[in-house]
Amino acid sequence: MIAVLAGVLALLALGGVGMSRSRRASGIVYGVSLLLSSALGLVGLHALLAAGPETVALPLGLPWVGAHFRLDALAGFFLLIINLGGAAVSLYAIGHGRHEHDKARVLPFYPWFLAALDLVVIADDAFTFLFAWELMSLVSWALVLAHHRAPGTLRAGYVYLVMASLSGLVLLLAFGLLAGANGGYAFALMRTTRPTPGIAGLALMLALIGTGAKAGLVPLHVWLPLAHPAAPSHVSALMSGVMTKVAVYAFVRIAFDLLGPPPAWSAVIVLLLGGASACLGILYALMESDLKRLLAYSTVENVGIVFIGVGLAMAFQASGFALGAALALTAALFHVFNHAIIKTLLFCGAGAVLSATGERDMDRLGGLIHRLPQTSVAMLIACAAIAALPPLNGFVSEWLTFQAILLRPALPQWGLKLMIPADGALLALAAALTAACFVKLFGIAFLGRPRSDAAREAHELDRFSRAAMLGLAAISLLVGIFPGVLVDVLAPVMREMFGARLAAQTPLPWLSLIPVAASRSSYNGLLVFLFIAFSTAATILAIHRVTSRSARRAPAWDCGFPDASAITQYSGASFAQPLRRVFAATLFGARETVTLPPPGDMAPARIEKALPDPIWDRLYAPFERLIGRLADFLNPLQFLTIRRYLVFVFLALVSLLLALALSQ
Amino acid sequence: MVLVLLAAPLLTGFVRKVKARLQRRRGASLIQPYRDLRRLLGKEAVIAENASWLFRTAPYLIFALTWVAASMVPTFAGGLMFSWTGDLIVIIALLGAARFLLALAGLDIGTGFGGIGASREMMIASLAEPAMLMIVVTLALIAGSTELATIAGYLETGAAGLRISLALALVAFAIVALAENGRLPVDNPATHLELTMVHEAMVLEYSARHLAMLELAASLKLLLTISMIVAIFFPFGMAGGGDGLIDIAACARGGLVWGGKLAAAGALLGGFETAIAKMRVFRIPGLLGIALMLGLLGTLLLYISQGL
Repeated sequence: MIAVLAGVLALLALGGVGMSRSRRASGIVYGVSLLLSSALGLVGLHALLAAGPETVALPLGLPWVGAHFRLDALAGFFLLIINLGGAAVSLYAIGHGRHEHDKARVLPFYPWFLAALDLVVIADDAFTFLFAWELMSLVSWALVLAHHRAPGTLRAGYVYLVMASLSGLVLLLAFGLLAGANGGYAFALMRTTRPTPGIAGLALMLALIGTGAKAGLVPLHVWLPLAHPAAPSHVSALMSGVMTKVAVYAFVRIAFDLLGPPPAWSAVIVLLLGGASACLGILYALMESDLKRLLAYSTVENVGIVFIGVGLAMAFQASGFALGAALALTAALFHVFNHAIIKTLLFCGAGAVLSATGERDMDRLGGLIHRLPQTSVAMLIACAAIAALPPLNGFVSEWLTFQAILLRPALPQWGLKLMIPADGALLALAAALTAACFVKLFGIAFLGRPRSDAAREAHELDRFSRAAMLGLAAISLLVGIFPGVLVDVLAPVMREMFGARLAAQTPLPWLSLIPVAASRSSYNGLLVFLFIAFSTAATILAIHRVTSRSARRAPAWDCGFPDASAITQYSGASFAQPLRRVFAATLFGARETVTLPPPGDMAPARIEKALPDPIWDRLYAPFERLIGRLADFLNPLQFLTIRRYLVFVFLALVSLLLALALSQ
Repeated sequence: MVLVLLAAPLLTGFVRKVKARLQRRRGASLIQPYRDLRRLLGKEAVIAENASWLFRTAPYLIFALTWVAASMVPTFAGGLMFSWTGDLIVIIALLGAARFLLALAGLDIGTGFGGIGASREMMIASLAEPAMLMIVVTLALIAGSTELATIAGYLETGAAGLRISLALALVAFAIVALAENGRLPVDNPATHLELTMVHEAMVLEYSARHLAMLELAASLKLLLTISMIVAIFFPFGMAGGGDGLIDIAACARGGLVWGGKLAAAGALLGGFETAIAKMRVFRIPGLLGIALMLGLLGTLLLYISQGL
């Protein structure tokens, strides 16, 4: 515990080093961040495996409340995720950060951001929690604005700030409800008091809004695709890979730890939002051609999958089925881990592409597999992992989520009976669309022929960045092959939350994964991996041994009509066109118009596509307009004479006194 | 496993033969697919100039993934050696991984046809895969397991009886199986008209041994899907899972029954393909949407009542 606080303080102090103008500051800041993150990650792992929670109270913060910190299994697990991501990103940034032109806008905030993320998960009272939460929001806002001259960044920063304040405000209200009239702001007090069902439900919904706005649940996701791409790439990796996970932590902490067993209707809402986020997020991503925006939308999808798991856990807990709840939450937290690894890797890869070519638009890339061989191997693994392909890690968590859906205990509520199978269908749909989306990302950006000079002349990155990406890819493969280890590591969290855990997985023969019973379902990542590797190697050997192994290079055949121009290839937009017509036409109101010139006219034919965003247009735009109109209306109040202001003050006083007199 | 591999081209040859006979042609010999494979294996591979390593390794990986999936499907005997390696969801995901690689390989050369094939294949998969998963959910809810061997064993006992959800699942499975294997009306395996191709467009640039691997993988996938359908919906006549001792006679009988079932399914497929025309690309989502809805309906029925 003390070690964590010391680490956080050291990170905060490191921000001071970042302010120096020295040329070596970049290397020092990222290098020391790497060391501190690794150490904190190990502490998190230790806390996860250690016996019980550790607490520390410091005389800081609110008088009579103080600052409480607590390190239990849940906090330890998230500490591990945060710092695993943090360490990888720091290693990446030792190399990548050198290209940053305005270092002083990034270096001081980067370690602070890491410190704030760590602080959130160890906070043990509402004040400390909210302080760390707001620190996290503000510092990341500053990092989003690092490239403030780039077009769109200012708007991204503004939208992010508004959404972050909404999230902070709503969480403040939620904690206010939890603390009750007596002001029990320490989490220890909240655990013991059980609010009435109405208050608990309200607090849970507020917590869902507050954390959902940070995690990117639909319809609160609007800031993600703006803010995540605007930040420098390694910061995007942290924001998308790690910060959204901290929001998941906050929801899990409030829903399962601070509140008692949740009411069943709240599980329906969480399941609904999770399913909607999973499907809409990946559909948005499919329509996107900007690499980093696509990845940000894919984060929305994955957060949706995590919340499906969390919602299932709530549903099972509400019906008193502890083992099912443990399975569902294990699936959700497994996915949290997977997504933290994969999305960090994907954003690092996007950053690598960006610094190698200066392009984020995949329709101007192509053929990078020849120019960036190692980066593309890491990216291929990441794309396959996030598309939930065995034997990589992404598959395991989606498989576990399906197993949780298949449990089908006696559910008390009709809403749940309908919502859980519907979520199964949405999850399946999201998984299939993810595969399409990441075929598009890798196929368009890394395969094919280069579509611009920048892509033709790209150069592989420095060794730090490559080491970070390949390391993350290796973790992804290892976790996919040995999933039982992570399930067992999560067991203390489940025992803490539900008093039940899944059966130990590591002693099983051949490291199988059997969540419920062997006759029910099993998955063996190790054997699947070995089988695939063995059959591939055997086939290649056999074919090369028995038959001809000669090969000749020749121009592409292309049915006899090869075209030398690279723009005749499929682009990202054309790849997504069938899916756009199938899904987006009804969901988003996407339209295509083809204009053909009349015969004899030499004008080019045109195809125009319109892709409106109904969530922004229907939900946010009216609100924005209302605020604008209100501001216009109130604007004259700024320019009044002193007499008029005095009249206002007097009237306000009289009306307040009147109200007081009438109410008594 | 090896038997499955050997039998796969025969089934393809049989389906082609049935189609030819129905069209009053004599058709190629039943063992023509084997001859094609041998011919392809003996040739020199021609690889496009800008092909990457992915293009060259993908056929082997796709074949391996399909083969591993096939090794988990019970054919004529229950109690497979490796069935506990993964359940139905794993089989679907392995096929999904093969498709992922094939679509990438289609995009690798950077030609228009490779792109059109990959794009359409992913569109079809984005509906066929969830439909398949919903069928799995339906079956798993009935049998209380996602293990294919357990499901087949449970349905063989007849304890499930006749159920609405099973019927829905069968119809949905048949539609998905057509789409997954690129058969009519979704894709035409015999087409050489460029704009109607899906699977053929993705493998357009392949030649020689790489093409042979892909053809073999496609045959294997057809066999696997049909085996899956008969194992789940018509599980009678399977040799029981012997612990240790393998009953030769039972296996032989099971093998014969399995061969008969495959032939019947192949004949049905050939007849169906002769009778129906290829659909427009943008009408396929409607067809697959039906499969998805049927799967979801089956699951919903089971969530509402155990008996349906």
